[in-house]
Amino acid sequence: MKIFDKLNGLVAPLDRANVDTDAIIPKQYLKSIKRTGFGPNLFDDWRYLDPGEPGMDHGRRRINPDFVLNQPRYQGARILLARDNFGCGSSREHAPWALMDYGFRVIIAPSYADIFYNNSFKNGLLPIVIERDAVGRLFQECAATPGYGLTVDLAAQTVTTPSGMVFRFEIDAFRKHCLLNGLDDIGLTFQHLDEIRAYEARRKKEAPWLF
Amino acid sequence: MAGKTLYDKLWDAHVVRQHEDGTCLLYIDRHLVHEVTSPQAFEALRLAGRRPWRVAANLATADHNVPTTDRGRGIADPVSRLQVETLDRNCADFGITEFGMNDPRQGIVHVIGPEQGATLPGMTVVCGDSHTSTHGAFGALAFGIGTSEVEHALATQCLIQKKSKNMRVRVDGAIPPGVTAKDIVLAIIGRIGTAGGTGHAIEFAGTAIEQLSVEGRMTVCNMAIEAGARAGMIAVDAKTIEYFRGRPYAPRGELWDHAAKAWRELKSDPDAKFDKEVALNAADIKPQVTWGTSPEMVVPVGGAVPDPIKEPDVVKRAGMQQALKYMDLRPGTPMREIYLDKIFIGSCTNARIEDLRAAAAVVRGKKVARNIRLALVVPGSGLVKQQAENEGLDRVFKDAGFEWREPGCSMCLAMNADRLAPGERCASTSNRNFEGRQGAGGRTHLVSPAMAAAAAIAGHFVDVRELY
Ligand code: SF4
Repeated sequence: MKIFDKLNGLVAPLDRANVDTDAIIPKQYLKSIKRTGFGPNLFDDWRYLDPGEPGMDHGRRRINPDFVLNQPRYQGARILLARDNFGCGSSREHAPWALMDYGFRVIIAPSYADIFYNNSFKNGLLPIVIERDAVGRLFQECAATPGYGLTVDLAAQTVTTPSGMVFRFEIDAFRKHCLLNGLDDIGLTFQHLDEIRAYEARRKKEAPWLF
Repeated sequence: MAGKTLYDKLWDAHVVRQHEDGTCLLYIDRHLVHEVTSPQAFEALRLAGRRPWRVAANLATADHNVPTTDRGRGIADPVSRLQVETLDRNCADFGITEFGMNDPRQGIVHVIGPEQGATLPGMTVVCGDSHTSTHGAFGALAFGIGTSEVEHALATQCLIQKKSKNMRVRVDGAIPPGVTAKDIVLAIIGRIGTAGGTGHAIEFAGTAIEQLSVEGRMTVCNMAIEAGARAGMIAVDAKTIEYFRGRPYAPRGELWDHAAKAWRELKSDPDAKFDKEVALNAADIKPQVTWGTSPEMVVPVGGAVPDPIKEPDVVKRAGMQQALKYMDLRPGTPMREIYLDKIFIGSCTNARIEDLRAAAAVVRGKKVARNIRLALVVPGSGLVKQQAENEGLDRVFKDAGFEWREPGCSMCLAMNADRLAPGERCASTSNRNFEGRQGAGGRTHLVSPAMAAAAAIAGHFVDVRELY
């Protein structure tokens, strides 16, 4: 897994609540059997004016000039500013894959759906939770300031604005440790195979119908 | 010390080890697999030279991409075909049991798990699909996972998890006639919102939940994820246990007695503490219809499309305005004046035999309205389809002008050929009304099977209670 420690990046604001994973990456792209290549189809229904299908040359499609990510000032954004309940809906890990493939490394929102939140960490995408009013303020500053960027420091658990305002965020210790060191879960679990075997042996006695 | 909740009990029974910060290695009893979220996991497994830790704990089926029309000609879309063939190959290579597209037991993964007895009370059940919460209806801890976790479950039979908080939603009182499990869960989501259960495991309890059949309880737990909770669950009772008797994967003989005894303990202790509690009165619940692009945007069928002007929260108001624009609806429009183009009866929420019976009861002897371009019934599994045909339900639907299809996810998410055209409006028994969910530009209204059937006959929404 990719290591995440610090990032200073351009911010793009996506000003709606309940952005679901169907919107992040529509179902027709889920037919892929790969983990990569989803970036051109991130927010496909909003980003393009014509209907998209897998295998199209997305460079030739009609761009929706009103969609925020298509505005010149947000090109190259690494941080996505979002509203409540971001990533609700299906469990598709294609959602964080698409966000990463597009270039995002951080999302900042007041809340996330649980599965999306969890999936993000498995891919080195950092979902930061900041309290609603503070997020509202970041939206305002971002709109008012061309080239608006933020500095994210995972070790310190802070987000710093260009004017030097600092927001602290919470993250559980285990996830932070994995992200800072690029550890993958399976590797970690493989250190405990004996305990899994012991559990299975015990369980087979207690509840043999499970095996 | 306070007693334990059902969730606490299920969790504790599956902890293999615990980290200092509370993160646990949790043992998984059953892993259900489908074609969309597994290919990358199998590929990673192969690249690492790993095998599934306990092959027999896995059960696979193809459901999302499969055609619901004649399967003799295979899958026309080459991308869908490749995905289904990839699942077939992965299951063959790793020795995993799969109900392939032409197996009579094939169906939506959340329908076939319990149907086979592959889901049992007291289990931890996971699947790369958010509606895995469905299986919680049987007193199991069941939740959806992403593809990295699919790989993790395959490789180690465990997952690294942190415990959620406990939430209880009580629904008490007699369920009024014409009101179904779907209406109950939509009313719950309308009350607590789509993030109301975020960070929590929800236990549904109360006398109304007890009255529900196990299939009705599956409908409720299915949509726990739409209330923000990764897992929904219901205590085991006599109905739960009876449901599993004789199912292919269920224990038999002495083992059955032993299991049934253990299952009876799967309920919250009377003095258990919940972090959050919500209560609804069943008598207040009416048939529900969603008007917007989030399941929380829901009103009783007698109601009208709400006015965003009256919403004080600016973010919410903007969401409502956006939804009205997408749905092409005006505030104040009575729900009963909304006309439909298509009807979809299916999905893991409402495609079991009782759902089909409820819809058929409304349809029997009537005709689908002229303005309805397509009315679809898609059974949840091959066995549900067979059962329905044995009962003659297929004829009831076909005589009325419905199409009777092969089992799968179908127009719940429109990954196969079944979908809405841009601008089309659909009454759907599925679980998500997100923008584009049933096809780009399509407009979805979520309802119960009886309400969908009644809307098919009338051509617009009607209160199904008036037909009783
Ligand atoms: S029926 Fe719909 S919600 Fe259920 S598993 Fe299939 S696509 Fe998902």
